[in-house]
Amino acid sequence: MKYAYYPGCSLEAALAKEYDLSVKAVCERLGIELEELEDWNCCGASSGHSTSYLLNHAIVGRNLAIAEKQGLDIAAACPACYVRLKHTRHEVMEKPDLKKQVVEAVGMPYEAKHDVRHLLDIIVNDIGIEAIKEKVTKPLTGLKLACYYGCFLVRPPEVVAFDDPENPQSMDDLMTAMGAEAIDWSGKVDCCGGSLALTKRDIVIRLVGELVDMARAAGAEAMVAACPLCQMNVDGRQSSGIDRMPVFYFTELVGLAMGDKGAKSWLKKHLISPVKLLNSHGLL
Amino acid sequence: MSSIRIVDGSGVVPVDNAFSKQVKQVSGEALDRCYQCFTCSLGCPVSPEMDYYPDQIIRMVQLGLKEKVLNSAGIWLCLGCETCVARCPNEIDILRVMDTLREIAINENVKGKERVIPVFHKAFLYPIKIFGKQYELGLILYLMLKTKDFFGDLGLGIKMIMKGKLPFFPSRIKGTKQMKEIFNKIGSVAGGERD
Repeated sequence: MKYAYYPGCSLEAALAKEYDLSVKAVCERLGIELEELEDWNCCGASSGHSTSYLLNHAIVGRNLAIAEKQGLDIAAACPACYVRLKHTRHEVMEKPDLKKQVVEAVGMPYEAKHDVRHLLDIIVNDIGIEAIKEKVTKPLTGLKLACYYGCFLVRPPEVVAFDDPENPQSMDDLMTAMGAEAIDWSGKVDCCGGSLALTKRDIVIRLVGELVDMARAAGAEAMVAACPLCQMNVDGRQSSGIDRMPVFYFTELVGLAMGDKGAKSWLKKHLISPVKLLNSHGLL
Repeated sequence: MSSIRIVDGSGVVPVDNAFSKQVKQVSGEALDRCYQCFTCSLGCPVSPEMDYYPDQIIRMVQLGLKEKVLNSAGIWLCLGCETCVARCPNEIDILRVMDTLREIAINENVKGKERVIPVFHKAFLYPIKIFGKQYELGLILYLMLKTKDFFGDLGLGIKMIMKGKLPFFPSRIKGTKQMKEIFNKIGSVAGGERD
């Protein structure tokens, strides 16, 4: 099982290095081979599609064309990159005129032959919950988690669609298999305000506050994310106080449950330290 | 035949009959299917901060209220979270409509009520054109200068630097020439130089 790995800028540039490291460690344990997408470029995120339809699809198209040259499906870690890559492939397949424009702008052939997958999808649906469960050596017993999917793993359903758009389950199933308790809550697919993180601080603080309140009211001790923007917002934009809620990357917890030695160093990168919480359950 | 005038609190609102057609054509979205059920606005995470809700923006586009729409803060506050897209009973891709409105506003150089977000988007695209990748620290410093907001996020910024999350230097792809060519070929206004 081999994929062209698209880490995206956040994972590469140290903003979410702990996500990158835990993704690589977990994939190695699960037999998922990641060959980095050669000379990949930034997907443009919300600034690309918000300002230029064609530019957005062209800069994303370069990455898709490279994956095709590499002959591999893409495995993306960041859902914001994932949805952009998925969107462009979807649009190009539906609109021959756009395909022509993208190919012309990029200067590389592209036939949309290869799919784009998110690592959560690959881990849960290709490797399978049962197979992963067998590798658990240190179950996360007693840990109450709110699985936070955010926007782009599940939306828009006709473009991404590996889980339910309103009440997804894949991360809950995975965390349950790791021995943790995945609580039911209503913030699973709510937006953290990612694209306004640097421009509208007050809005993001409000959205993050609502998410954490919901998670806490449902009985969670921590949140689990699959997105660097979600993780960074919840980690960095909670109002100060002693009861701030830690937020993990799902791969950190899978690695921890499999006894990966790297786990401690990943967790040191968090702004809100989860060490006390994990110690209280005897998990570190 | 007498014409219909649209009036709001400040008087008669200018109507541009070609605008609705333009938005429908560029976005490819069948806006006329909207029957104002408000599902988009009810689920929108930023509707409390918007001057006009998503359903109102759709209605204003239908009516041709170009100036009002392109000047609204709402079109820029839209996060692109796709909640409305997933829930619209008429399958209107509202995000595609918002993107179309933002692109028209940029191309027509509209200086509307929201000034910071368009500057952010331009500043975000610039390092992609030059390096092929995002340069977070550069982006943050540039925005501080542009908005003259030096202290709001200083604490968070320092914490992130201490955790090694904001490298000082940008990384760069090999295909920078190809990136510049892509930007130049498309000639997008947004992908141009910084202000």
